[in-house]
Amino acid sequence: MKHVAILQFPGTNCDLDTKYAFERLGCSTTIVWHKEEKLPQETDLLVIAGGFSYGDYLRSGAIAKFSPIMKDVLTFADKGGEVLGICNGFQILTEVGLLPGALKRNIGLHFISKFQTLKVVNNSNSFLQKCEKDELLNIPIAHADGNYYIDEEGYNELEANQQILLQYSNEKAETVIVNGSVNSIAGICNKNKNVFGLMPHPERALETILGSDDGIKMLEGLIA
Amino acid sequence: MTAIVNIFLKEGVLDPQGKAIHHALDAMNFEGVQDVRMGKQIVLKLTSTNRDEAIKEVTQMAEEILANTVIEDYKIELL
Repeated sequence: MKHVAILQFPGTNCDLDTKYAFERLGCSTTIVWHKEEKLPQETDLLVIAGGFSYGDYLRSGAIAKFSPIMKDVLTFADKGGEVLGICNGFQILTEVGLLPGALKRNIGLHFISKFQTLKVVNNSNSFLQKCEKDELLNIPIAHADGNYYIDEEGYNELEANQQILLQYSNEKAETVIVNGSVNSIAGICNKNKNVFGLMPHPERALETILGSDDGIKMLEGLIA
Repeated sequence: MTAIVNIFLKEGVLDPQGKAIHHALDAMNFEGVQDVRMGKQIVLKLTSTNRDEAIKEVTQMAEEILANTVIEDYKIELL
């Protein structure tokens, strides 16, 4: 049985949804308070859940990077441990430098909360291995700072290394502008393909009766 | 000593908030505004009385937490 550690900062609010999601997929879980200094020994996957760590003060994710647990998070990732950052987790991963680029205020300034079609750009990684390339997924988004920015050089590197995971799309698989992200990027991974970040919330898409269960095959990839 | 850190999005990085303010100014018929950039100002009261030391220390703060240098520039002013 895979063990999933889920980080909790003051202001994190998707920790219990994330715990529910991974337990439903047959994993054991631990919620790890940010003041802890060590992740559980048995951790196979570390998830930085969504929310508003430290009230998004200064910048989303900026203050969380100095929490005591982050040192061990960096060690875990450096050793090749798999890390998934969802929404605020993605913002934290860019702030801490585990993922390139940054997330700015949405282009229309609104907090956007809705189901959004996503296109799978690359599946040559553990996270999206259960999805097809160009497959369309229906996953909720809920963010104000999801406008992904990276300079041209960085973008070319992402593209060359197949680090772009997901793009905002319509049902015809054409990319759409949702929040102003460079080339409609919704999720990326690092060069080593063990650190993943995305703005959409797969843990909120587990039941067709609630709109979509497309989140299952995304999360399953990480615990396969 | 007081240090003022002004933080703005880098030139060339689109500033959605500045743009929205610009639109609002246009709608209010304020003519002659070419561009609007919005940033933040952080005011630090320091114990240090040595200007060089203060600049050094505040620069480190700006680099490590106050600004995200991937998208933001900062300017430090000492009073």
